[in-house]
Amino acid sequence: MLAQQLFNALVLGSIYALFSMGFTLTFGVLGVINLLYGFYVAAGAFLSLVAVRDLGLPLWAAATLGALGTGIIAVACDSAVLTPLRRAKAPELASLIVTLGGVLLLNSLMFLIFGAEVRRFPVTLLSQSPISLGMLQIGAVQLVIIVTVAILVTALFLFIERTRLGIAIRALAENPDAASLMGVNVDAMFMGVSFLAAALSAIAGILIGLNFNAVHPYMGEPLMLRAFAVIIIGGLGDIRGALVAGLALGFIEVMTAGYLSSNFKDAAGFAAMVATLWLRPSGLFGRSVTKRA
Amino acid sequence: MKPAIYLALAAALAFVQPAFSQETVKVGSIEGLSGPIAKYGVPIRHGIELATDEVNSKGGVLGGRKIEMIFEDSAGQKDQALNAMKKLLARDRVIAVIGPTLSNEMFAAGPAAVERQIPAIGTSTTADGITDIGEWIFRTAMPEADVIPVTVATVKKRYGIKRVALMYSNDDAFTKSGFDIMKAAVEKQGLEIATIESFSTKDTDFSAQLTKIKGLNVDAIGVSALAEAGAGVVLQARQLGIAPSVVMFGGNGFNSPKVAEIAGKAAEGFMVGTPWFIGKKDPLNQQFVAAYKQKFNEEPDQFAAQAYDTLFILAEAIERAGTTENIKLREALLKTDHKGVLGPFRFTPHRDPASTEGVVVLAVKNGKFDTLD
Repeated sequence: MLAQQLFNALVLGSIYALFSMGFTLTFGVLGVINLLYGFYVAAGAFLSLVAVRDLGLPLWAAATLGALGTGIIAVACDSAVLTPLRRAKAPELASLIVTLGGVLLLNSLMFLIFGAEVRRFPVTLLSQSPISLGMLQIGAVQLVIIVTVAILVTALFLFIERTRLGIAIRALAENPDAASLMGVNVDAMFMGVSFLAAALSAIAGILIGLNFNAVHPYMGEPLMLRAFAVIIIGGLGDIRGALVAGLALGFIEVMTAGYLSSNFKDAAGFAAMVATLWLRPSGLFGRSVTKRA
Repeated sequence: MKPAIYLALAAALAFVQPAFSQETVKVGSIEGLSGPIAKYGVPIRHGIELATDEVNSKGGVLGGRKIEMIFEDSAGQKDQALNAMKKLLARDRVIAVIGPTLSNEMFAAGPAAVERQIPAIGTSTTADGITDIGEWIFRTAMPEADVIPVTVATVKKRYGIKRVALMYSNDDAFTKSGFDIMKAAVEKQGLEIATIESFSTKDTDFSAQLTKIKGLNVDAIGVSALAEAGAGVVLQARQLGIAPSVVMFGGNGFNSPKVAEIAGKAAEGFMVGTPWFIGKKDPLNQQFVAAYKQKFNEEPDQFAAQAYDTLFILAEAIERAGTTENIKLREALLKTDHKGVLGPFRFTPHRDPASTEGVVVLAVKNGKFDTLD
């Protein structure tokens, strides 16, 4: 049973990690708390669902389409909402409030268009029968989740660490003004990061939709709560932190439910968050910011 | 002479009722019409609408007055349900309210109706204690306390189970109440409870709890949940390899065709008790099913059937009272004796359904609920 629980933790943690890494990008680089992020999960899932059902595309094509489409939506939202705030050098809380209003609006729009019904991806998309590996039951969906997240995470790291664009993004995260002095096109980069983060969120949404066989407008909201816990534990703005903390949170939740009591499953994750704030406020990978007078 | 004739004419005219300026009888309804609860609230609304059309086409109530339904959406949220109730009572001045959908919402909004002394009838609120809210709260929904023990007894008899695991969502009044009843019924049947697991209504991952249950080798798993989470539990249970020989059964939340839709093949064999079944052979039920299918292009479920009956019960009560005045209406409701698609219906003095005869246990067969053979 331990093996199965560890596997469960890996699957859940992978989804948390993927979602949180995108969220960390927007928070660390853009410096905004973007609550719209939760919406992108549902948007990505719905777009892919439409692509599969109405356009008859195979899963990988539909997923790509969903990710790209969500990215475009994100860029549009950002231009409308976040760019003006940035121009006005508004405080961080302003982005929180504005995106809160935005997510309420967009969720309602989604209701209007799609209705409240829970939809599902067609059953034929992935094999439904689990593969047995000794004591382990592995579903095709779980395998897809782990592999996809592994690929995306690796690609993201390579991109951030090794490419010029990646360096530009990191420069932006450290100091937008200096980066712009260095010739980085700040506005374009912000759009790019938004696009990327939203695409990651969309993929997370598709994976969730596949795993739990349910696509509905509010599916991103539980993830948002976890994302906050993850980025605090992992360190604000640090992608490695988001990865490690995401996996850790999945592990904490599953182990608590499996071995302690499922009553405390959600509490355990947030207890970890509180412990982090208490013992190591900058998070696992965060750098403590010292203010010099 | 002349003034007398005019007087007589005036008196005669006073008794003429204009046929088309009758005031409607306003009835409110609060249902979850959006969000996850819409799978219950929309069929309820359809059931009420179908019944309202039939009542109005046969002449309405109180000598030709049409029933006017005012629907409010609670989206499954308690505060929204309470706001809707206040609006219906104070602004629309309805004479009665049907709903809200969830027991959770009824506990929040019911007291407002009690305070205003307007009857509120729950068609789908099955938790314990609903009618304890106040003497203006009625319930046509068969309480879990009557249905779940039948389900548990049937599962035990049919499969000879000895050891069960119980799961429930711990943040909703209905599912918690259902769980308490399930636990009591399981204990009464002398079954061993291997473990009790909980989750949140909004959870989508139950792999930890289900893996733990799988390791305990139980014969059956009882689940008290709303359709969304419930279907997710069933789906993941089979995905994790919990054998089909482990019977799964649940409470009223599973009485929606959406469960089989979401869970797919994993739902095969799932058992649930219900006061109504679409295949019931009596002519009244068959006529209702046909009319519903024609009007809404889909099959009715238990929630639609109960709402359908409830509107007729309310209409009959209005006729019996001879007025829309609340005290007489409440008394008339207590005297209900209605033959509906759920069978004969009466209220107990405590305003719950009097008869539990109609309860039948169904199992999912080929994606649809069917009677056991």
